[in-house]
Amino acid sequence: MNKEPLVPMLGVVTDVRIDTPDVKTFRVNALGGGKCFEHKPGQCAMLSIPGVGEAMFSITSSPTNKEFMEFSIKKCGCLTSWLHQMEPGQQITIRGPYGNNFPVETELKGQNLLFIAGGIGLAPLRSVINYCRANRENYGEIDIVYGSRSMDDLVDYKEIVSEWMEDKGIRVHLTIDRAQDGWDGHVGFVPAYVKELDFKPDCKVLICGPPIMIKFTLVELEKMGFSRTQIFTTMEMRMKCGIGKCGRCNIGNKYVCKDGPVFRFDELGELPDEY
Amino acid sequence: MQKIGTAIYERAFELMNSGEVARVLGWEKGELVADWSVALFEDAEELKGLVYGDYAGANLSKTCVLRDLSKLEGKTLVILKPCDTLSFNQLLKEHRVVREKFYIIGAGCKGMKDENGLLAKCKTCKSKNFEVYDEIIDDEEARTVESADRFEEVAKLEAMTHEERFEFWRNELSRCIRCNACRNICPACTCRKCVFDNPDSGVAEKANVTDFQENLFHIIRAFHVAGRCTDCGECSRVCPQNIPLHLFNRKYIKDINELYGEYQAGEGEEERTPLTSYQQSDVEPSIVHTRGNA
Amino acid sequence: MKKFSAEKLNAIIAASGNAVYVPADVDTGLVEYKRYEEGTSVNLDACKASKSPKDLLFPQWENLMHFRMEGKTIEITEQARQEEDYVMFGVKACDIRAIEVLDKVFLADPVDTYYAARRNHGTIVGLACAEPEQSCFCMNFGIDPAQPAADVVLWKVDGEYYVETYSEKGEALTANWELEDADAAVVETAKKEIAEKAAALPFANLNISRFKGENMNELFESKKWKKLSAACLGCGSCTFVCPTCQCYDIRDYNTGHGIERYRCWDSCMYHDFTLMAAETPRPTQVERYRQRFMHKLVYFPANNDGMYSCVGCGRCVEKCPMNLNIVKVIKALGEEE
Repeated sequence: MNKEPLVPMLGVVTDVRIDTPDVKTFRVNALGGGKCFEHKPGQCAMLSIPGVGEAMFSITSSPTNKEFMEFSIKKCGCLTSWLHQMEPGQQITIRGPYGNNFPVETELKGQNLLFIAGGIGLAPLRSVINYCRANRENYGEIDIVYGSRSMDDLVDYKEIVSEWMEDKGIRVHLTIDRAQDGWDGHVGFVPAYVKELDFKPDCKVLICGPPIMIKFTLVELEKMGFSRTQIFTTMEMRMKCGIGKCGRCNIGNKYVCKDGPVFRFDELGELPDEY
Repeated sequence: MQKIGTAIYERAFELMNSGEVARVLGWEKGELVADWSVALFEDAEELKGLVYGDYAGANLSKTCVLRDLSKLEGKTLVILKPCDTLSFNQLLKEHRVVREKFYIIGAGCKGMKDENGLLAKCKTCKSKNFEVYDEIIDDEEARTVESADRFEEVAKLEAMTHEERFEFWRNELSRCIRCNACRNICPACTCRKCVFDNPDSGVAEKANVTDFQENLFHIIRAFHVAGRCTDCGECSRVCPQNIPLHLFNRKYIKDINELYGEYQAGEGEEERTPLTSYQQSDVEPSIVHTRGNA
Repeated sequence: MKKFSAEKLNAIIAASGNAVYVPADVDTGLVEYKRYEEGTSVNLDACKASKSPKDLLFPQWENLMHFRMEGKTIEITEQARQEEDYVMFGVKACDIRAIEVLDKVFLADPVDTYYAARRNHGTIVGLACAEPEQSCFCMNFGIDPAQPAADVVLWKVDGEYYVETYSEKGEALTANWELEDADAAVVETAKKEIAEKAAALPFANLNISRFKGENMNELFESKKWKKLSAACLGCGSCTFVCPTCQCYDIRDYNTGHGIERYRCWDSCMYHDFTLMAAETPRPTQVERYRQRFMHKLVYFPANNDGMYSCVGCGRCVEKCPMNLNIVKVIKALGEEE
């Protein structure tokens, strides 16, 4: 992290990929090329366009990518609308990395992994998935359940089909909310699909998506015999500083920006119910 | 005042026990002598804490909007002093509260106090009349209260030179900490989303980013409530930095009185108000220019 | 122990350096920290300034950096940090504890360099609290109003200020003061008197034993929050007069000649504090109100070895438009349910 924690460095957008009608993935490099900084899977960075605002985004590329960082960003507010107008060559400010990370080198190492994502919730998990793919020998079987509103809203669809689905020992289970022409895969919400797939509780779960999806999926997982100590998620809260001082992301005695964003569900259960 | 207080207390219990009202918005004692706070009593047990007397200074009208009391099941008993009924009535005219959802006790008032004595707003008491009520609990004593001329301070400001007046306000407003207490207590400030809080407005600010910013905040706010401000004086009462904010509003009220004829916001029924209606007898816009150079 | 006569107060202040901030009368009934200059109406007798000297370390707003945008490029210029040495004069024990609280936040790794620069350049002259007020309750948090934790401490007894120095910074400061030798026993007597006065105050014995990390969820879930917060206007007056409240916002301002990124005080009492594009985890004033007090009495101590982030200065007691305050919260929730 920069010695002046609030002062950002400059980055440049080197590629913009349109993922879905409202999600774009931005490739960011340091001005002199290479990455702005190193990070761990699950960590975040503060991106800003001066004059518009600054906000926290999860770093969607894997730390094993040594050339650039990527951010998959959904257009949903003022800053993200501006970000969506960016073209390659545009400079932005960036600071980080912030927060903890998914425990890929400790609790998750040597384990079977189940990733469950909904919509843009795939963004933070993609970093972990690609990290695990790059260090395949350290992890067991990998299952990925990913659901979206429609076929067009599946983020990283090309990468999922051409890379993840081709990997040995990785099973990808895609689903969309409502049937549509051209889709012959599963149709239905994520919690129901997870129930249908009936996973054995012999793996660690990483889940990210809309709160309502997480809530109902959790119920299904517990019915299958999963314990909350096996399940990890990453949280979203409004943030300004990223270093546990501005007070916004405070839940109980934790700060999401500093003590999170990754929490195990048993830890989360000890905090006041305010997230 | 004690007699009025006791009568209100007893009447509130009657109304709640009979089911006429579902809750009571009033005051309860604090931890010290003068620190009574506004309280919403939801059952007879809680209602034992209800008080009315010398320290019931807060105007309850805004709380009726903030807590959306018009949308709750059943009626709310709200206790309003004469000046508070102007605020409440103004809210009725602006359709911010629903009359049928309130049972209003008009409470006689001899002027309210804080730990330092009579509240500034009570030194220039405007009225002993109740604009809106279901019943009045009052006594003769409370109807005879001395009152100073409320425009005296404004006249002093008007007598200043431009430079002196500018200096006066710059100095007063330099103390503003933008806590928004004045705006949040103001019964005329009922925008669902204040322009200063709306990120899409282009003027959303939390602090004075230039040394003129907070001056603009107060001037704009005063303009927004001009013609609707009843001069309840709550803005100055709540200011933690002792800024005499009511003087802005009073200046506008004085101007309206002089330019369009005597007008008291919150009085009477629905009507056309001076600033929202045009009459041929209205002054020409050039009056601003003419008076500005006077 | 040394002393100087109260008549020499202005001379002592003048001898303390170019930048000395003192409590001064600025308006009827209002005392604020002002930079001393000739003619400043110094008021060391007021129990507390309208606001604490928090502003000197963490101002209401400050520029952090400046951006120049040209085409697709950005240029960043950092705002210079404080370089001038200064003195905070006449600070009470509660406000000094509040600075310790701010230190725990801003000086924790990673250090906030804007705050740190201001903190390092300041020397604190504390003043024992001769006349604590009705609204004061610092003693509940282990604060001794007779013994502020400062570089230099003053006690006013019978028209004279008694002086004790506690640090190198303090030594350097008092070296420029013209002082006489004094009898330390006078101060010991004064301290006892202060302790007696403090013990007789209405809020001297609040029960704060329930406010600790173990009870976090129980206190959070209490049904009492709804009634306690019913009259809350959602303004920020309690926050902004509080010597320990330090939540902030960072915003950009287009000056027409570039973008200033500034930070300003923010309040957890405001509805937009946690508002995200889609929703907020604190949708009503009940949750916002609860957050402020839970943070001061439970969350902060849980992270800082039991140190509360309320110092009992009583400003919120005096300033809340609706007379809600932390004492009412402590009394309501301090009892078992």
